[in-house]
Amino acid sequence: MKKQHSIMRSISAAPHIFWSVLFIVLPLIIVLFYAFTDAEGQFSFENIASLTEYAPIFGLSLELSIIATFICLLVGYPLAYIIARSKPEHQKLLVMLLMLPMWTNLLIRTYSIMAILDDGGLLNTILGTTMHIVGTKGAVIFGMVYDFLPYMVLPIYTCISKIDNRMWEAASDLGCSPIQVMTKVIIPLSMSGVISGVTMVLVPSISTFYISQKLGGGTFELIGDTIERQFVTGAYNVGGAISLVMMILILISIGIMNRFSEGDEGGIIV
Amino acid sequence: MKLVKKIILTTLLSAMALAICSCDSGNNSEKKYPTKTLNVYNWGEYISDEDDEECGLFDVNSAFEEYFNEHLADKYQCYIKVNYSTYATNEDMYAKITNSAVAYDVIIPSDYMIEKLISADLLYEIDKSLLSNYSNINEDFKGLYYDPEDKYSVPYTYGMLGIICNTEFVSSEDIEAESWDLLWNEKYKGKILQFNNPRDAFGTAMYRTGLDINSSDPEVWEQALSLLKEQKPLLQGYVNDEIFNKMKGASAYIAPYFAGDFLTMAAANEDLCFYYPKEGTNYFVDAMCIPKTAKAENIAFAHEYINFMLSEEVATANALYIGYASPNRAVTESQYYKDMLAFNYDTDFVSAWDVLYGKTKEEANANYPHNPAYKDFYKDESVNIQVLVNTLWESLKTENSTELWVHITSGVIVAGVLALAIYSTYTKKKRSKDYRLRDKEIAKARKMQS
Repeated sequence: MKKQHSIMRSISAAPHIFWSVLFIVLPLIIVLFYAFTDAEGQFSFENIASLTEYAPIFGLSLELSIIATFICLLVGYPLAYIIARSKPEHQKLLVMLLMLPMWTNLLIRTYSIMAILDDGGLLNTILGTTMHIVGTKGAVIFGMVYDFLPYMVLPIYTCISKIDNRMWEAASDLGCSPIQVMTKVIIPLSMSGVISGVTMVLVPSISTFYISQKLGGGTFELIGDTIERQFVTGAYNVGGAISLVMMILILISIGIMNRFSEGDEGGIIV
Repeated sequence: MKLVKKIILTTLLSAMALAICSCDSGNNSEKKYPTKTLNVYNWGEYISDEDDEECGLFDVNSAFEEYFNEHLADKYQCYIKVNYSTYATNEDMYAKITNSAVAYDVIIPSDYMIEKLISADLLYEIDKSLLSNYSNINEDFKGLYYDPEDKYSVPYTYGMLGIICNTEFVSSEDIEAESWDLLWNEKYKGKILQFNNPRDAFGTAMYRTGLDINSSDPEVWEQALSLLKEQKPLLQGYVNDEIFNKMKGASAYIAPYFAGDFLTMAAANEDLCFYYPKEGTNYFVDAMCIPKTAKAENIAFAHEYINFMLSEEVATANALYIGYASPNRAVTESQYYKDMLAFNYDTDFVSAWDVLYGKTKEEANANYPHNPAYKDFYKDESVNIQVLVNTLWESLKTENSTELWVHITSGVIVAGVLALAIYSTYTKKKRSKDYRLRDKEIAKARKMQS
């Protein structure tokens, strides 16, 4: 009986394993291979060593995505809280409204933001102003927040809506003011949602290349642009090395974040 | 009742039989030979692919299939189906040709890429005796630097880089100066665009100061870089295809781009004008080639395809659709093409013919196109120069790219989060310590009680 069970299990896991090997493990190996070889296919550390010159680009990407993630958290947490505390029949509608923009492709949304915010764009035409928005770092941060906000709200919403109503009552009964209920009970209990939300916004923000290319006007580069350009111009080895280092940095930052969430529900690894 | 059923049944059956019959007879007359696939690989939007009689366009690929299946099927004992796919850059195409499992039979790369393909021994020689329409090619486009003996390529389109500007905002004297200097003019700060790829961006700086665009001297590239760094604060951005929207919507006033694409923009915004800078400018030719990856049996069909593309009708439709200049004499000498070009692209201020073929050609390029130096063509760069240019491009992009407020805000956020995290771990530890103490006290009290 038990044996049959395990056979069933391995059969049902087969497609997933096949998928993972083909589309996750194999590409990672290819990236590794390129990162540690030179143009002739000889083993070399040169690519990794040459990465120091990309440090300012790494830094800028990290800074912009930290700011974007923080804004997402500031906007997203209250929003998630409001949705989670509203009537169940309203919740569905609100979540759907939140997801609505995601039905349109990210590239198209970003391109339309460009058309709206551009120097001669919709916004400036309507207001009759000559604001220069596209091409600034603010525009890139705005694009990141706009594109990735749902990834922040959804995990926090799920987390808060799972908190038992009696927690609120118990906390108030024991003498908490509404603010204390928030800081001492709700926020600590929804910490795992916050952590996974932060991860889900931070990671794509760091590696984005389309948003910075379109909304940044190309006057500065984020690490995603650099990687893209390396591959487009055929410098696979340097591109592989940058990708590898970025993956490692992201893994480290996720690890650090998971330490802080300290097992509540164990932070989610994306 | 039974009768009715019978009638219905018989009519249905006879209808079906008829349908099968007609199918069969159709198949018999058409399917005499097997169908073979010809793989064509071209730039996006680089062939006439829509039926629009009014504008002189038709779907060239299906026209080729029709023509082949009607006139050449007996000769080759087969039918042809064109499998058409597109690429965005020469480099994409090169990677696909060298790595991909798909065997392309006809490709249309640019000059410097053809040079690279030839030196990598990736092209078949083209047998001119199979191309009855080859005589249509203008003599000016034979024996160009990338293929001096015209062994490997047949010209398809050509064009030049120029400057597009908005006459509403750019003063006429600045336009009449016809110089690259306009891209460095401080009057139009924040309204100037530049290419977002190293080759073309460096090119603008190099043409402006008369530097050799194909130089192998790092010093020359450094010089061009300092010009680009000087230009950077004046730019609205480094862009590629966004140029279309930005120029059409007057978000930007000045941009370098190709003549053929200017015509499409001018059709949407009549204020736009175009000139070829007097210092000289980039000149390119895209040509049809047969890569060595082509299947042996398809080489004959590839020749037929190229020959078909050279015929007057097809070349005219392509030239009208793409809007680039045609190296095909049969096209440029026909009045029909001139009229249709004017009909499709002319505005009150712009004559498409003048832009593509007009007066400025010789003036803009004193050495057009036969000059031993070919200083207006991009040539294939050596790997060293490629790496250098990439590094210089990076330094251009990273220069002054951070602003103080970004450092400060992100620093404050990180510090805040860290402080919060440390505080919370501290209080947690303290609390658990308190609990442990209390537990001990309770245990002690219980012991005392017992």
